[in-house]
Formats: sequence, C-alpha cells, structure tokens
Amino acid sequence: MAFAVALILLVIGSVAFHFLSPWWLTPLASNWGAIDFTINLTFWVTGIVFVAVNLFMAYAVIRYRHKDGVRAHYEPENAKLENWLIGITTVGVVAMLAPGLFVWAQFVEVPEDATEFEVVGQQWHWSFRFPGEDGVMGTTDARLMTNENPFGMNPEDPNGQDDVLIFNSEVHLPLDVPVKVLLRAKDVIHNFAVPQFRVKMDMVPGLVSYVWLTPTRSGTFDILCMELCGIAHFTMRGKVVVETQEKFDAWLAGHPTYAEHAAKLPGDPEAGRALYAICSACHGVQGEGNAALNSPKIAGQGAWYMKRQIQYYRSGVRGSHPDDIYGRQMAPMALTLTNEAAIDNVIAYVQTLPDNAPEATVEGDVEHGERIFRVCANCHGHDGMGIQALNAPRQAGMSDWYLVTQLKNFKARIRGSHEKDMYGIQMQLMADILHDDEDINDLVAYVNTL
Amino acid sequence: MAYVAIADQGQELHDPQSFITKYIWSQDHKVIAIQYSITAIAVGLVALVLSGMMRLQLGFPNSFSFIDPQSYYQFVTMHGMIMVIYLLTALFLGGFGNYLIPLMCGARDMVFPYMNMMSYWIYLVSVLVLMASFFVPGGPTGAGWTLYPPQAILPGTPGADGGIVLMLVSLALFIVAFTMGGLNYVTTALQARTRGMTLMRLPLTVWGIVMATILGLLAFPALLVSAIMMLLDRTLGTSFFMPAILSMGNQLDYNGGSPVLFQHLFWFFGHPEVYIVALPAFGIVSDLLSVHARKNIFGYRMMVWAIIAIGGLSFVVWAHHMYVSGMHPYFGFFFATTTLIIAVPTAIKVYNWVLTLWKGNIRLNVPMLFAIGFVFTFINGGLTGLFLGNVVVDLPLSDTYFVVAHFHMVMGVSPILVVFGAIYHWYPKMTGRMLNETLGKIHFWVTFLGTYAIYYPMHYLGFLGLPRRYYALGDTSFIPDSVATLNASITVAALIVGVVQILFIYNLIVSLRKGKPSGGNPWQATTLEWQTPQTPPVHGNWGPTLPVVHRWAYDYSVPGAEEDFVPQNVPRDVVASEAD
Repeated sequence: MAFAVALILLVIGSVAFHFLSPWWLTPLASNWGAIDFTINLTFWVTGIVFVAVNLFMAYAVIRYRHKDGVRAHYEPENAKLENWLIGITTVGVVAMLAPGLFVWAQFVEVPEDATEFEVVGQQWHWSFRFPGEDGVMGTTDARLMTNENPFGMNPEDPNGQDDVLIFNSEVHLPLDVPVKVLLRAKDVIHNFAVPQFRVKMDMVPGLVSYVWLTPTRSGTFDILCMELCGIAHFTMRGKVVVETQEKFDAWLAGHPTYAEHAAKLPGDPEAGRALYAICSACHGVQGEGNAALNSPKIAGQGAWYMKRQIQYYRSGVRGSHPDDIYGRQMAPMALTLTNEAAIDNVIAYVQTLPDNAPEATVEGDVEHGERIFRVCANCHGHDGMGIQALNAPRQAGMSDWYLVTQLKNFKARIRGSHEKDMYGIQMQLMADILHDDEDINDLVAYVNTL
Repeated sequence: MAYVAIADQGQELHDPQSFITKYIWSQDHKVIAIQYSITAIAVGLVALVLSGMMRLQLGFPNSFSFIDPQSYYQFVTMHGMIMVIYLLTALFLGGFGNYLIPLMCGARDMVFPYMNMMSYWIYLVSVLVLMASFFVPGGPTGAGWTLYPPQAILPGTPGADGGIVLMLVSLALFIVAFTMGGLNYVTTALQARTRGMTLMRLPLTVWGIVMATILGLLAFPALLVSAIMMLLDRTLGTSFFMPAILSMGNQLDYNGGSPVLFQHLFWFFGHPEVYIVALPAFGIVSDLLSVHARKNIFGYRMMVWAIIAIGGLSFVVWAHHMYVSGMHPYFGFFFATTTLIIAVPTAIKVYNWVLTLWKGNIRLNVPMLFAIGFVFTFINGGLTGLFLGNVVVDLPLSDTYFVVAHFHMVMGVSPILVVFGAIYHWYPKMTGRMLNETLGKIHFWVTFLGTYAIYYPMHYLGFLGLPRRYYALGDTSFIPDSVATLNASITVAALIVGVVQILFIYNLIVSLRKGKPSGGNPWQATTLEWQTPQTPPVHGNWGPTLPVVHRWAYDYSVPGAEEDFVPQNVPRDVVASEAD
C-alpha cells in the first residue's frame, strides 16, 4: 500500500515539479520557435503517457495486492487489447515524429538569402571569419595553420584577401538576418552551442559542418563548447552579441582583413628603444622587473601576450578593477603608447633584452606544486614556457612573486572579470583549483624549478 | 545412430577434485557466474565511488583539492566505461546469463565449459588492465567514455600517454572474453535445451539474455576494430580517425582520417550496447513480475517478438547519437524514424508488464518492489528517449544534462534496479538462504527514491541548456544561482544512495551464514531452476535424469490446479492448462 502511494506521489510530484520548476528553456533568441513547439508537443504526449501508465500501475498494485485465498486471473493473452495498444502507441509516435521531421527539413535547407560566416574552434578558444565585401570566403587548409596564420588562409586565393578575421572569442551578428554558420575545428572536435539559439553542431577537424539561424533578439549570449575537447573544455567560452545592422557593420569594419594582417610590418626595435625609456623606470633597463615597485620581469615574455596585455590596459579590460592596485598604475602607462605601431615597436625592443632568470622569492612544497601543475601544463606547457597557440603565456623563469599576485587576483576575481576578457575568465575558472595561499606558493615554487 | 539431443547425451563432466578446481579454475557455469558477478560488483563499486567524487565537485565546486579538472575527467570517463561495460554487460551476461541459461533450459552446463572458464579469466585480466591505468604516469584516460578521437589520443586530454592505451587494450580483451562466453550462451540456449523445452516455452529471462548476447556478438566487433584502429593511430601513427590537424599549436603528421568514422563504429556498437544491457533486464523483470504477481506474463508471444524486434531495430538506429556530430543532416530523417519506431515494441513491453499486474495477486516482497520500481523508472527514461530520438528536439538537448539524466534513468537506474531485484530473487537458489527482508526494503526505498531525486530534476538542467562534462559552470548569462542549490541537493541524494549500497553488500555477506534457509523453491516459481534436486544446485544440476518440460514457464493461478503455480516439468495429464 505504501508503495502504491509512493508511486502516486512520485507522479504528482513529477508533474508539480514540472510546473513549479524555475529551470526551463532559456528565452528564445532565434527563429527556431518551431523547435520549442516540438519540445512542448513531445512533453504533452509523453507526459500524458507517463501519468496514465504509472497511475494505472499504482492502482493495480492497490487493487490486486496479495490477499489470502484469492487467485490471480488466468489470461495468457488478449490479442484485441494488444492490437489496440499498438495502434494508439503508433498514433502517438507519429504525432511526435511528423512535426519533428517537418522542422528538421527546415533546419537542413538553408534559406538562399542567408549570409555566411565561419566559426573556428580550437583548444580552448573560438575565432571567427566573415567573407568580406565580395561575400565569398577564401579557401583554407589545415596544413597552412601557424601562429601567424591561425585560420590556415590560403595566401594565393583572391577570395580570401578581404576576409575579415576575428581572432578572439567574441562575435557580433546582425539582428533579423538569416546566417549560415560554417563550422571548422583545428585540433579536436568542438561544438558550437548558444542555448538561446537552440541549434548546435559539432565542429570536426577535416570537415566543415553548419547550422543556420536568424537572431531575433538583441543582446549578449554565451557560446559554449558542448563536445568534450580536453581538460579545459569547461573554460571554452565565447560571446555572441546580436545588434542592429548598423552597429554590426561598424563592429566588423573595426577588424582587419586577411590582406591587412599579411601586409602588417613587424615592430621596429630601434624605434621601440626610445619608447621603452618610460617602461624602464619600473620594469628595469633590461626588463628584468623590480619587485619593490611591483613591476614584473617582461624580458622573455611572449610578444603576442605582451601586446594583448597592453591593449587590455589601454582599453580598460585590465587595470580597471577597483582592487587591482598595481594594474591601475599600469593602465595610464599603457596609454602612453598611442597607436598599434608604437606597441609593436616597444615589444620588439623588449624582445631584444637579455632573458636572465630572476631570483626565486617564493618557497613551498615543490612536490605538491608539481601535482597541481599537471593541470597548468596542458596550456602553459610542461616546461612552463607558454604556448602561443593556446594563448597561454610563459611562467617559468619570470617573476615568481608576480605569478603569486596574479593567481590570487584571478581567484579573487580582481583580474579577468571584465566582460571582454575572455582569457581572464578561463584563468579564473582554472585558478579556482588552488584552494589557498599554500597551494599557490607550492605551485609557484614548482614553476621556479622549471 | 539415432538422434540424441545434446542435453540428453551422457557427457563426461569435468569433475572438481580440490578447492582450486572447484572454486578457482572451475568449469561449472554456476561458479563462473558467481566469479563474474563478484568481479563485476567489485569493479562497479569502484565506479560508484568515482561518481561520488564527480558529484562532490558538481555539488560543492572546488571544495576538494583531490578533484582537479584532470582527475574529474578521469573519474567521468572511468565511471561511464566501468558501469556500462565492466559492470552491467558483465553482470547481466557473464553473471545472470551464466547462472540461469543452463538451469532454465534444463541443461547440465554450458556447451563449452572450458571456453566458459576462459571467458571469465580473460574478463578478469581486462578488468585488471583497466584498473592498472590508475597507476600509470598520467593516470587513466579522461576522454569521456565515448573515447572520441582525435581528442582521446592527443595531449590536452588526461591519460593520453598510457591511460588510453590501457583502456583500448582492456576493451579488446573484454571483447575476446565476451565472445567466448557469448558463443556459449547462444549455443547452449539453442542446442542444449532439455526435452520439451521449445523456444516458445523458454522463460523471458533466457530470451532477453540470449537476444542481448546475439546483439553483443554482432556489435562488439565494431568496437574491437575501432579500438584496434585507434590503438594504431596512437602508437604507429596511422590515420584511420585522424585528419590533418594541429595539436598544441604544432602540425601533426596525420592526414586524411575521419573522426566521424570512429563515431559511426562506436555507436554501431554503442547503441546495441544499450539493449545488451536493457534486454536482459526486460527479460528478468518479466519473470519477476510474473512470479510475484502470481500471474502469467501478459502476452508472452508478443513479448518474445518485441525482444526480437527491438534487437533487430537496435542495429539501425545508431546515428541518433550523432545528430549533431557533423554527419550529413539527411541521415537525421532516417535515424529519427527508425528510433521512434523502436518505441512501439518497447511500449508493448511496458503495457504487458503493467497488464501482468492487473488482476494479479501481488506479493510486494523485495524482488517485486525492485521490479515495479524498474517499470516506473523505465517509463520515465523511455519517454525522455522520445525527446532525444526526435532529431530536431535533440538539437537543444544534445550534450546537456538532459542526456545525462535520460541515459542514467534508462540504462543506469532501471537495469540496476533489475539487478538488485534479480539478486534478491535468485540469491536463495545460489546459496540456499534468503536475504534479510528488512535490510532489503531499506535498500529498495533509499535507492528507488534517491535515484529519482537525482535524475528527475536533472532533466530540467538540460532544458535550461546546462552542458554536460563541465568541471565547473562559472558565470554565464543564463544559468541562475538556483542551479547551484539543485546541484548540491542532487549530490546529497547521490551520496545517500551510494552509502546505502553498503547495506546491500552487508546483506549479501551476512545472509550467506545467517540468512533464513530458503528451501528449493521459496517463491513458488514454475521455471526449471527452482526444480533442481539440490539447492544450491550441484555440479551437473539435475542428478541422474534431466527434467522434462511439459508446459510454458508461466502457469500461475491456473484454474482448477491445486496450487497457484504449476512447474514446467509437471506433466499435462496431472494439471492441464489452456496455454502451451
């Protein structure tokens, strides 16, 4: 009896949970209302079956529970009843399948007026490519992919010259314009998913897959990788900003084309030498850093990383958090570099400075630190020298006290909380595995041994 | 020479001489079954602990320093693979299949006892190889139980050095072991049935297990070749599954392979695998419901055909796991249709279980509680399958917690409830003693309600769009704070369910000595295993003469019969009945 009551309560509880649950589909932001309709339809059909069959079973358990002297009814089969049940079930299945296939046909057929853009997935980063003015995307080849050509663009292809390349995890889309999203991956399988858009698709190295959709609501939405792609899978986040055509056009125009990328001149160290004078006051004449002034060693750090940080300081992505005392000191300094060429020049000069190992100042349990570092090594390299392709800067042989400060800042959300700091968000999630200052010291002490 | 059925041949039995030949290198199907079961349950407990660790991280993120992203993904992977292959497949087929097929068919043993013994020992080696991966540098693989390349064999994934190699070797060994056992189960059921035991008189347990074995024999080779091919990609640098790609920013030498090919091979195995676990559960639960409702299974013939239909269809639905894999979208039409067709025979089975209860004389003892509990969770898990099978509904739900909730409900909780019910049901035959009923009821209530509390709400996280296989959720624009509360409560429920399994293990051990003596047929069941001259049955099962079968397996509450059950070996002139 208790059992039958429990079954009935579970049925009632499940239905009540469904209606009271605060967790449900996120508000739709694309044209795929038909998918929501099919989900709701499936819910009604399966919900009715769930309630009916389980209540019938609970009733049977109550009505026909064991009584002494009573015998069960003897009826091996009942063909008529079984055929009826088959018939009703078939009708229910068709009622769900037919609309499902109908909507799938819409998904498969991309509207002719859809504009194309491309999403490229890599461990653990998104980048995007728009076809440029000619509306045609240039060809690419995995074999051409390098740090300098992360999209694997074919330099010979005229169609690719005006392609707009966006090598960061934020993309913008125009409102109410159907888009065909071409999906490509460089290393392992990823999955392009925006919950509010409903559609998702794997991105597979070696082939180009697609989804299509029309964004119908402006706003900023999360892009999540939804196919396990390695240890930092859960940090593979991006953003899609849906906005008016005018804003979108302005945003797109702010990004260089492939031809502009390729034609860019490298930084001039000689021109950078003069600019470096102001940096040297804190970071030292040889870029060796100065702990007393809270200025880390910069000699030997990756040029790509320094450039990103200077740009972050300039735009307030970094050094704007009220608790980031030293970052706030750096921000106005970065503004003294007035254009991209100046940044490139000064970094080119820093690259010429001697890379001497700084004195170790942090002590800790190296063995424990090594265990923690096995996670870090996946991006920063087993030698801690950083891997540009993974957007992970060098740590070994740099100022250890600075590493401690930054890990604490990531953990405390002082660094990486700016909405445009997509790499900082990743590092915050990773810094969370450090439970206390001891963990941080142990880790950094191990990095000192590299 | 006149035809003599294999079952009737006076075959020389391998005669146990010492403790070692009787219990270690045994060729007795019952001993092998128990060896299989103990090993599977032991390794299953490891997987249970791993799931507890995962839940700790999800419920209370970053509170435990021993769960970093590397170990988290290793726990996820090993939990999944162990539960699906090394626990459920091994326990249903190697355990219950071994124990029940010869007894229910009226045979003295499996047809190839030596191969049967080999099957267990190779299975044990495969388990040891798998466990060894916990102790190699880099640890076990963390590629997810689906082991998708290129990820599985490249740096950036935990265990890409040694762990993945041991995993693939272990799987290959498991498949060898399974094939040796599987050939036995099918051959025994087809060739060694006793006189009178026609196919349509077989208990549904045998139908379910044998059909599952046939699926396994046809499906596992796909996994075997994919494991070997990936092993070659990993060790010799072939490019079966590897296109031209980068890893850690470096160009690799691979060229021309297809990651999607692996997925096709994997799911060509992987979907039938669902039914390799489900069909034995279907069969066993049919028998439990019938025995304890004191009523014949409703629509026996339809149940047999449903098992066959599901088995056949299970080979043409595999790509419903791949709707968002980047395969050609036209496949979606075909696979959504076949997948939803499979709902019809499955629904038939559910109706017939429920109709078996209708007008029954239901004894709510522990095996019956588990059996009805199974029907409840299976209805839930089966219905959510209609969401994921319908290609367009799968788009938003794929790779979210909805999938996790669905497959745990349908192929985690449901089969494991049947496993428990079956152990409470057949333990008296295996040991001659009953399991403690009070402990059993506590075990049932906590497990049944607890697992529902874990997985039912989890579906709603999936609707919300929560991605699976995330070590931490971090901040997003669409996940409300209430999700953390729900995750914590799911973890608490999971830990309670996990801990209560200790009670079950305790019951298994203590009842060996202290359990109430059961006699030969405590449930008053009709099938042959309950009619053996000794309990537990001795080697050879039947004494000097084999039983002769005169009726189907479900003569319960036959009108006019003295008792409410008529064993299969009672002649028809003693008790007549309407059914065959």
